[in-house]
Amino acid sequence: MNSTNSKKLIKGTNDFVIRFANVNGSGSASANNLFSKVVFRSGVPISSKNIFPSNIQGLPTWFEVRVNEAGYLGRRGGYDFIVAVNGQTMDRDYQDLLPGGYFFYDSSKRLPNHYQRTDIQLIGIPLTTICNEHYTEPRLRQIFKNIIYVGALAYLFDMDFSVFEASIKSQFAKKAKLIEPNIKALLLGYDYAKEHFTGCCGLNIHRRDLNGDQIQMEGNDAAGLGAVYAGATVAGWYPITPSTSVIEAFEKYCHKYRVDGDGKNKFAIIQAEDELAAVGIVIGASWNGARSFTATSGPGVSLMSEFLGLAYFSEIPVVLMDIQRTGPSTGMPTRTQQSDLLAAAYASHGDTKHVLLFPSSPTECFHMTVQSFDLAEGLQTPVILMSDLDLGMNVHQCDPITWDDAQIYDRGKVLNLQQLDELPERWGRYLDVDGDGIPYRTIPGTHSEKGAFFTRGSSHDEYAAYTEDGEVYAEGMQRLLIKWNTAKNMVPRAEISGNVSEMGVLYFGTSAYATEEALDTLRQQNDLDAIRVKAFPFGPEVDEFVKEHKQVFVIEQNRDGQMKTMIINELSTNPEKLISILNIDGMPITAQFLIDSIGQYLSPKTMQAVKQETAS
Amino acid sequence: MTFIRPNFRHPENHTNERGFSIKNYEGALSTLCAGCGHDSISASIIKSCFELNLEPHKIAKISGIGCSSKTPTYFLGKAHGFNSVHGRMPSVTTGANMANKDLLYIGVSGDGDTASIGMGQFAHVVRRNLNMVYIVMNNGCYGLTKGQDSATADKGSAGKKGVPSPFDSIDLCELALQLGAGMVARSFSGDKKQLVPLIKAAIKHNGFAFIDVVSPCVTFNNTPNSTKGYEWVRDHMEATGTIDFIPHQSEITVDYPEGSSRTVAMHDGSALTLQKNQHDYDLSCRKEAINRIETVKMQQKILTGLMYLNESESDTHGRINTSDQALNSLAQSELCPGSTVLDALNASLR
Repeated sequence: MNSTNSKKLIKGTNDFVIRFANVNGSGSASANNLFSKVVFRSGVPISSKNIFPSNIQGLPTWFEVRVNEAGYLGRRGGYDFIVAVNGQTMDRDYQDLLPGGYFFYDSSKRLPNHYQRTDIQLIGIPLTTICNEHYTEPRLRQIFKNIIYVGALAYLFDMDFSVFEASIKSQFAKKAKLIEPNIKALLLGYDYAKEHFTGCCGLNIHRRDLNGDQIQMEGNDAAGLGAVYAGATVAGWYPITPSTSVIEAFEKYCHKYRVDGDGKNKFAIIQAEDELAAVGIVIGASWNGARSFTATSGPGVSLMSEFLGLAYFSEIPVVLMDIQRTGPSTGMPTRTQQSDLLAAAYASHGDTKHVLLFPSSPTECFHMTVQSFDLAEGLQTPVILMSDLDLGMNVHQCDPITWDDAQIYDRGKVLNLQQLDELPERWGRYLDVDGDGIPYRTIPGTHSEKGAFFTRGSSHDEYAAYTEDGEVYAEGMQRLLIKWNTAKNMVPRAEISGNVSEMGVLYFGTSAYATEEALDTLRQQNDLDAIRVKAFPFGPEVDEFVKEHKQVFVIEQNRDGQMKTMIINELSTNPEKLISILNIDGMPITAQFLIDSIGQYLSPKTMQAVKQETAS
Repeated sequence: MTFIRPNFRHPENHTNERGFSIKNYEGALSTLCAGCGHDSISASIIKSCFELNLEPHKIAKISGIGCSSKTPTYFLGKAHGFNSVHGRMPSVTTGANMANKDLLYIGVSGDGDTASIGMGQFAHVVRRNLNMVYIVMNNGCYGLTKGQDSATADKGSAGKKGVPSPFDSIDLCELALQLGAGMVARSFSGDKKQLVPLIKAAIKHNGFAFIDVVSPCVTFNNTPNSTKGYEWVRDHMEATGTIDFIPHQSEITVDYPEGSSRTVAMHDGSALTLQKNQHDYDLSCRKEAINRIETVKMQQKILTGLMYLNESESDTHGRINTSDQALNSLAQSELCPGSTVLDALNASLR
């Protein structure tokens, strides 16, 4: 054991980053989640990220946990404590540890001779040996090895052990016989650490009461729940990481809340043969008056594109959740990005534009999902929820899910039997009666004489009749632009902070965690305004924000500055004033990266130069 | 082809039990080539729905892309139509059916639409046993893009450019049988006496009902050797600069008893021999059905008629246990769990 006095170790309470290095499929996830849950239940803010390979078993997987009393929940970068229990990555883990950090390893085997860092603290616990002594079954040896290291951490971080006990009890409430063995495993680790490593770790997790009524949830779980609350009854889907768990959540909550008195389902979930069929199902169901949705990722959006164009042009509501991952093609399927913006916004051939929503938390995933259905039906057009792997598949601490029972679904302009009966004139499926670009639709089967129409992707007149008259086509396309302008006032408003500077920061989606943390730091030295964009088309407030600022940093997690392109495209702004801040490594963007990237423009000298340049 | 709507009264202008005349089941004037077999199929659909006393507005007619997929415009004008995208009619119909099980779904497709680009969707809608009538208007070629071979073109048959197809054709009936369709039939567009009862049976069948209708393309199913074929005519019309000339031809019709064969002369001078199924065997035996198709095929004939019927399988709704009430008719109060359940849910996430 290294002496704790010979080097400067990282010390702190409720503010550090720990990384668990495991092997995929080894059962480590539940142990790591247990640790995470206990921190949360101890009233200390925490965020965790699963960094996992795109296979099922055997490859390295990491679980990154940031404990932060100040409540910053973005990725910080750097590791103060590493639990290195994967032989495959041990060298890398050893190197990745920050100076002064703690290297926790399975000391059943001696560390190789080249492990010579003197700036870190080694914590060796013979996990394998302990397991072999206490368990005979290979599977138990594997599973409890993970619980034992969590037990050791409980001691090392000086945590309240009773919270672990309570968590185990609630986790296994329905499998009571597992409670005792798990607590025993925790104690094996706890006691070993206590015996051998008293006072060696300067990192602590102490009880606080900072989490209020917050919950821990995955974005996809929240989106699936949102679809239930929004009244979606039909889901067509095709499995694709990282979107699959949206449908799994929808199914789970449907089985819980949506089974009728006869045990029959008030929902239909069709796992389709591919993404084309998945969105086809949504279009068919929406056309027929059911709220319907699908969830996919970038490759799925590509496949759905033709159908999205059809839905746009024939004006059928579609709710699509794009849980973005790293592209192009299959890219890095288990890493995160915000790189489907252009592909989603302008999906399909011909002139198309789709409404996009950008949630930043699971709570927003829920509310924006509900909103997606209202918007899709209100506007009779596709609406795409632009989530991503980080938001969708990681557990985030967030505000509780709430629902206002007074809220009524906005089914949009649908004519019912009585309205059709009373209609003085001939009903036209694509007539812009109200001047807002949104026509009235009917649901098949509503009326025996009125209301039937022929839906087609080919050019149609105001009465849905086929036409190749160029003028009629052009009028229809122009009306869709009127509808697009209407949409600008229907989508959620952007959130603006500060009104003090000529410099602005524009961000959206999951970049919010890191951006808001970075802004707190940057604003200590500089004046900075910020806008969190929540939707496309951009509302008037986005236009104003960009107009009013001489320089706007556009933060994105993609290579080509797709949001910047959309701003230039839609707002006819001077491209020179937009500065892209781009992160594309597939990992969630960090505050430090933003502080460094934006900071270089904000140093007093650069700031002056920027001002002069933009003034001239 | 004329675009003037004829003035005469329909010979079947009487009304059915529901008080509808056959006009209530008709659609817009066809813009297909004169004499196209597809128009006969449309007429058979009209007749079937009329005779079954269906409410026109309770029917959804859904199609993909192609000559055949244009036809829903030409029948059931009071029904709701959806001309979707190439090969994707099955998914749109699946969604529509999931939303409202109470409408009748008639899916119309072509051989290009079903056997090539939409093969995946076809296979899976059969597999799901969606309650629908699926009609393929099968002419072995792509009419709208001027006659390229489709996947149902027989090996050795020559397309527009006279190149014999080097590939085996796909028999959609055999495929439907293999994939578990509950009802499988084949007919000929000109044989209304056979086709109308088949369509009626398909409408009444609870589950996936498939009818492959051989419907010769009057414009593109010729061979270069045929002096009566389109190629020949076009060669002689080029001087006028008319490129899209379509020769006016009358529809081919046949009428012959069950169990017998009939050779039908095509517009291009070729011949098609149809063998009408005789119902003296077990219709519920999938294996026997495939055998019969293959046996007749070996005799250079095409088997028509009802090949397979199995009413016992439950449809998609039955298999996924959806509620008896149409999903699109459920009110918000029945769908939204409301605020009270969220307390417990939030608590479980803390």
